[in-house]
Amino acid sequence: MTWSDETTTAQRERSQQALQTHGGLLDVSALPSFAFSHRSLMWWSTAGLMAIEGAVFALAVVTMLFLRVHAPAWPLSGQLPPELLWGSLNTLVMLSSVIPNHWTKRAAEALDLRGARIGMLLCLGWAAVFLAVRVLEFRALNCRWDDDAYGSIVWMLMALHTTHLVTDFVDSSVLAAVLYRKPLALRRFVDVSENCLYWDFVVLSWLPLYAAVYWLPRMGAS
Amino acid sequence: MTAHDTLERTWRDPGGFVGWFCAVNHKTIGLRFITTTFVFFAAAGALALVMRLQLARPDNHLIGPDLYNQLFTVHGTTMMFLFAVPVMQAMATYLLPLMLGSRSIAFPRLNAYAYWIYLFGCLMLFGALFANVGPDAGWFSYVPLAGPDYSPGKRSDFWAQLITFSEMSGLLGSIVIIATILKLRAPGMALHRMPLFAWAMLVTSFMVMFAMPSVMFASTALITDRLVGTHFFNPAEGGDALLWQHLFWFFGHPEVYFIFIPALGFMSQIIATFARRPVVGYAAMVLALIATAFMSFGLWVHHMFATNLPELGKAFFTAMSLMIALPTALQIFCWLATLATGRLVLKTPLLFVLAFFFILVLGGLSGVTLGMVPLDLQVHDTYFVVAHLHYVLIGGAVFPLIGAIYYWFPKFSGRLLNERMGQLQFWLFFIGFNLTFFPMHLLGLHGMPRRVYTYPAGMGWETMNLWSTAGAFVIALSVALFVVNVVRSVLRGAPAGNNPWQAGSLEWATASPPSAGNFLQPPVVHGREPLWEPAAQPAGVIGLANDQREVLITSAIEAQPDHRAIFPTPSPWPFVSAAATTLLFVTSIFTPWAVVWASIPVALALIAWFWPRVRETLAEKPLERAP
Repeated sequence: MTWSDETTTAQRERSQQALQTHGGLLDVSALPSFAFSHRSLMWWSTAGLMAIEGAVFALAVVTMLFLRVHAPAWPLSGQLPPELLWGSLNTLVMLSSVIPNHWTKRAAEALDLRGARIGMLLCLGWAAVFLAVRVLEFRALNCRWDDDAYGSIVWMLMALHTTHLVTDFVDSSVLAAVLYRKPLALRRFVDVSENCLYWDFVVLSWLPLYAAVYWLPRMGAS
Repeated sequence: MTAHDTLERTWRDPGGFVGWFCAVNHKTIGLRFITTTFVFFAAAGALALVMRLQLARPDNHLIGPDLYNQLFTVHGTTMMFLFAVPVMQAMATYLLPLMLGSRSIAFPRLNAYAYWIYLFGCLMLFGALFANVGPDAGWFSYVPLAGPDYSPGKRSDFWAQLITFSEMSGLLGSIVIIATILKLRAPGMALHRMPLFAWAMLVTSFMVMFAMPSVMFASTALITDRLVGTHFFNPAEGGDALLWQHLFWFFGHPEVYFIFIPALGFMSQIIATFARRPVVGYAAMVLALIATAFMSFGLWVHHMFATNLPELGKAFFTAMSLMIALPTALQIFCWLATLATGRLVLKTPLLFVLAFFFILVLGGLSGVTLGMVPLDLQVHDTYFVVAHLHYVLIGGAVFPLIGAIYYWFPKFSGRLLNERMGQLQFWLFFIGFNLTFFPMHLLGLHGMPRRVYTYPAGMGWETMNLWSTAGAFVIALSVALFVVNVVRSVLRGAPAGNNPWQAGSLEWATASPPSAGNFLQPPVVHGREPLWEPAAQPAGVIGLANDQREVLITSAIEAQPDHRAIFPTPSPWPFVSAAATTLLFVTSIFTPWAVVWASIPVALALIAWFWPRVRETLAEKPLERAP
């Protein structure tokens, strides 16, 4: 059980104790006005988005494998595989962003405004770095989308994931700006916590895509 | 002001012209959504009538092949993507919060956005048809026909973008529905007490999440092949035309089930009410829905039996295609047991449900036959398949759906539909349907291919085609009668009262039509059919603010009260965001750079949507309480 789960369970028990019955009716006025993790609606929408986008990533990778199985060589027309340097460096940058991201999540769940603000800014700093490195990655793919089906699927995977990086950067920026506004509704901490969950998804979903884009072309003929 | 008036004022959508675009109440959006889907049902039906007129006699030249291609493509695309799937989402939008005992749907603004996106997609498709750039490569838009070499011009691009519109709406809808079902149920409504319609929508929404991405990915690949020169489906450059069929049908077969499963939910609600007893075998019913959902992902290759896939693989898909009949049969036996042991009240909704047993079983039988590779190869791309799919989809979904409209119309409007007109409509529809589609089985067996705009005399197909055309007009008459009945009943139908059918589920516990906030005192549930259960305590929920959009959130499995949440107010931004999204989708058909510059207005609109307003934050501050 993680730190976050323990808190959720303890908080949930407190909620149950806050319920009272008056004259045959259930009084819910003492319940909290927000909650973290799977208790909140935001968690369910984030999980839904992750399921949908995870399905898209999975289908894109399966498409690449399908094309690969039917191809005489991979890359198809004698291109070099994408250069490892920028892709691997970016994988490390993205993985390390999990550290400030989880720090931010803990701060948000402790309702620590100062911590959440600093954490969001740190995460945005990391995001700026991996977006910049992503530009270099595109320049070192060694193929174009209109070369052949290999180029098409490589660019599709990269474009899909980059779209996620960009949208996550934009919505994290907006959320960070909201944290500096007054008055601040406490439920914004749930938004921060769920934003961190989504960040994990964007970063971790890169790993299979990294393997497909950078390593599959290095695995020899089928 | 009474508590009732306060609640009404809090949850009501704003009036006036601008207010109309700001609506977020699930009942407002639900009714607009249902109405729009039926408008496009009628429009696609009208296209079918033109096709039937063209086919009424051999060597007919009423319309030419080019228009005919657009007609059958837009007919199929509309019926599948813009009617059958979204109408279920629309019904759920209206009904679920009431059925689950909640004051609102989850994410009401997102729900409004999903509706607007859907509407704009419909308008784009029919706009394209009227401008003679209607898609013409069939509703499944096979490559290479739909690819850049064989479909120059913009027709297939409109098809591909329509998919983006409708799937985006459907996917967002699935998130809204899952969150509503799992987190907004009345206290005490544990999963094992949930109405079967809610189960059907829950199962369907999970299917949507994993199936729809496939067609969205495929249509994106198609449009990039057409617009920026990628080669996903171009065999000359390492692409693969069969990849399209795999991706399309990996979505397309489950799609049949996310039309069919919600209709099974309607069946269960209607049968319980008109048999005056709970449905037999609740657990078996739920498990059958879940089994159907899983199996439906293992059937897609039976649409591809005419391709060069390995025979062993086809045998697997044949086995799965036969096996999926089992959970449906299980449900049919449970309903038959319910009907046999209940006290039947033979009103219009039940008539439509009974027709399901006749028509769906016939469609299921032709389906089981089509699941066999040798027979499938014989009748592939003939009218036999057209007959089969209409028996399954109309018998399995449209009959229960119209029954469901008769059933829930009193809740929507506060008035009953006319019973005599309803029965007349039913018989016209039932006879018209069989007259139209039964001969198509025989036409197919006699070798008449699908998607041909005419046929020569002397093939022996004339009489059956004429009957089929006559039947289509009987269906049209039935639909016209339905419209008349709806309009007349809205104006001067008999008042319905809260629970005209003495049903057992929670939507009947509140007024007809319900007040804006649904329940002044949200219910607490003690059994599966709350209105048929003896009174128990606690009877209801207090302590939610009436002057704020406060909603009770419960736990996902047991539905224990968990916390209170403040829900969003009406806003123009879902509409504006949908308009900006539409600009992005439509302009990107003409220039790929639109994906970059047109995403700026989308981002701005979404930020304005999300940005917290000071006044609203101040208003909710007093209710705030940390966990």
